[in-house]
Amino acid sequence: MFSDHRLIAFETIVIKEVRRFMRIWTQTMLPPVITISLYFVIFGNLVGSRIGEMGGFRYMEFIVPGLIMMAVIQNSYSNVVSSFFSQKFQRSVEELLVAPIPNYVILSGFIAGGMARGLCVGFIVTLVSLFFAELRIFSPLIMISVVLFTSLVFSLGGFINAVFANNFDDVSIIPTFVLTPLIYLGGVFYSIELLPPFWQLVSRLNPIFYMVNTFRYGILGTSDIDVAWAFAMLVLFAVLLFGACIWLLRRGTGIRS
Amino acid sequence: MTVAISVNNLEKVYASGVVALKGVSLQVQQGDFFALLGPNGAGKSTFIGILSTLVKRSNGRVQIFGRDVDTHVYRTKLDLGVVPQEINFSQFEKVADIVMTQAGYYGLPRKLAAQRTEKYLKQLGLWEKRDVRSRLLSGGMKRRMMIARALVHEPRLLILDEPTAGVDIELRRSMWDFLLEINRAGTTIVLTTHYLEEAEQLCRNIAIIDEGRIIEDTSMKKLLLELDTHAYILDAEADFDRDLRHDEPGLSLHKVDSHSIEAVLSGGRDINSAIAVLDRLGIRIVSMRNKANRLEQLFLSRLRAGENQNEKRDG
Ligand SMILES: Nc1ncnc2c1ncn2[C@@H]1O[C@H](COP(=O)(O)OP(=O)(O)O)[C@@H](O)[C@H]1O
Ligand SMILES: [Mg+2]
Repeated sequence: MFSDHRLIAFETIVIKEVRRFMRIWTQTMLPPVITISLYFVIFGNLVGSRIGEMGGFRYMEFIVPGLIMMAVIQNSYSNVVSSFFSQKFQRSVEELLVAPIPNYVILSGFIAGGMARGLCVGFIVTLVSLFFAELRIFSPLIMISVVLFTSLVFSLGGFINAVFANNFDDVSIIPTFVLTPLIYLGGVFYSIELLPPFWQLVSRLNPIFYMVNTFRYGILGTSDIDVAWAFAMLVLFAVLLFGACIWLLRRGTGIRS
Repeated sequence: MTVAISVNNLEKVYASGVVALKGVSLQVQQGDFFALLGPNGAGKSTFIGILSTLVKRSNGRVQIFGRDVDTHVYRTKLDLGVVPQEINFSQFEKVADIVMTQAGYYGLPRKLAAQRTEKYLKQLGLWEKRDVRSRLLSGGMKRRMMIARALVHEPRLLILDEPTAGVDIELRRSMWDFLLEINRAGTTIVLTTHYLEEAEQLCRNIAIIDEGRIIEDTSMKKLLLELDTHAYILDAEADFDRDLRHDEPGLSLHKVDSHSIEAVLSGGRDINSAIAVLDRLGIRIVSMRNKANRLEQLFLSRLRAGENQNEKRDG
């Protein structure tokens, strides 16, 4: 993908990113795994047994895909936003900016770091889920590609957040007030068939709803939506966000005075 | 001879409206050890920021080793190593990792990066600290680590922004020796400072910047010759309100407050001539003190020269 020295620069950024989230694994890996395991126990096991079926599946089986996606989304996003912001804050981002690295390599490095953490946590959560539910995979290709694209899109989102962040509050505002509600309302815990028509329509404006459903389709083979349309949307988001990030980097927004 | 830095009419207006550089033009020859001297806020860091692309210039042209920084982004960055004034590395990483990472950013293969990291950490006396987290280093060690980091890709041009600020005297000496050594080995060095003594010890050529303008661009030798001026603060017996105009050559008088006067003497004039002039003006001097700071004197004499010229032009 890159020429020699750019490839080395890319690897260097990725290694640094991975080293960072591994070094502070008690802040980056452990909490999401614990939280989501609790969801499995409480909603899936305890409450779920009383709910019965959802969308034609045992409740536990229904929520597992959504919770895995939740882990991927939150961790991809927060890795990039925290890491890039903290590099801005400590000014170590200047190490990158003075070096002969094209913007797309810088961006790709951070995105790969975010995806590495998102997918890592997603994988661990998937392993944990095996204690509670059998994992039958309907379409590995769909499952893997949607998880990759989702991780990519939210890593890019985290990058944009970091570019505009001026303090640590700015790092947590979007995840708390935008991402979490969108995930919870994105059909992680319920099928939107349960909702009145108006709220079904509103749910369809939520991009995360499509990602969760496509992922669920990859695993269970059933979905509230058209999978092809979901992929088209993911690709579109990825392209637009990538373009926006490159544009911001070129302008030096938030990093060059 | 190749020109290491060529800057033309550089201007910088920050988003806040502060005008930090007002048309700076400067050349630094390859192999030179060059000082950019100026008081705080003069625009030194802004100038360096523009060379290293961290600051976006508002106007002007910059060339490094004859290549325009806009059209040869990667090449000019490879030629340049910068040691910033403020700490800008991750506080949580280990010393060797920071230097290795920087080598990676410059595209050095792992093995070479490891060799260079070892070489420069050793040269800067930090090899024993390679596995220490950077925040635990002393101020002087942090600065030296940033020098190692700037050298790891072996740039032809090294720029240091106030490298000895906060470094104690003993370490300062060894840092100076190190810099002289790599300059002798061929690296062009530019450093900014607000201590004339530092520039004097190290540099062959010097530019003085004040309020975003270059007010002097000369060799160290010439500057030191010109610097043969002395300044005194003279206290009068009583408050006075007289015009201090006079026609004594080599003497400049300047009212400091209601009863004291600054006298700047050059060209071998001594303090007696100042006291004699003041006596003629009816001002009796009761005490005086030496104004020792040569840099201040230097600025004063520069600014006076500028003012006098303006006066002449106006008159
Ligand atoms: N990022 C910035 N935003 C706004 N003003 C700045 C910024 N950096 C420096 N300045 C202003 O520009 C002027 C020159 O600063 P600087 O280049 O740091 O001077 P020096 O390094 O000589 O002390 C000062 O007035 C300073 O306050
Ligand atoms: Mg400065």
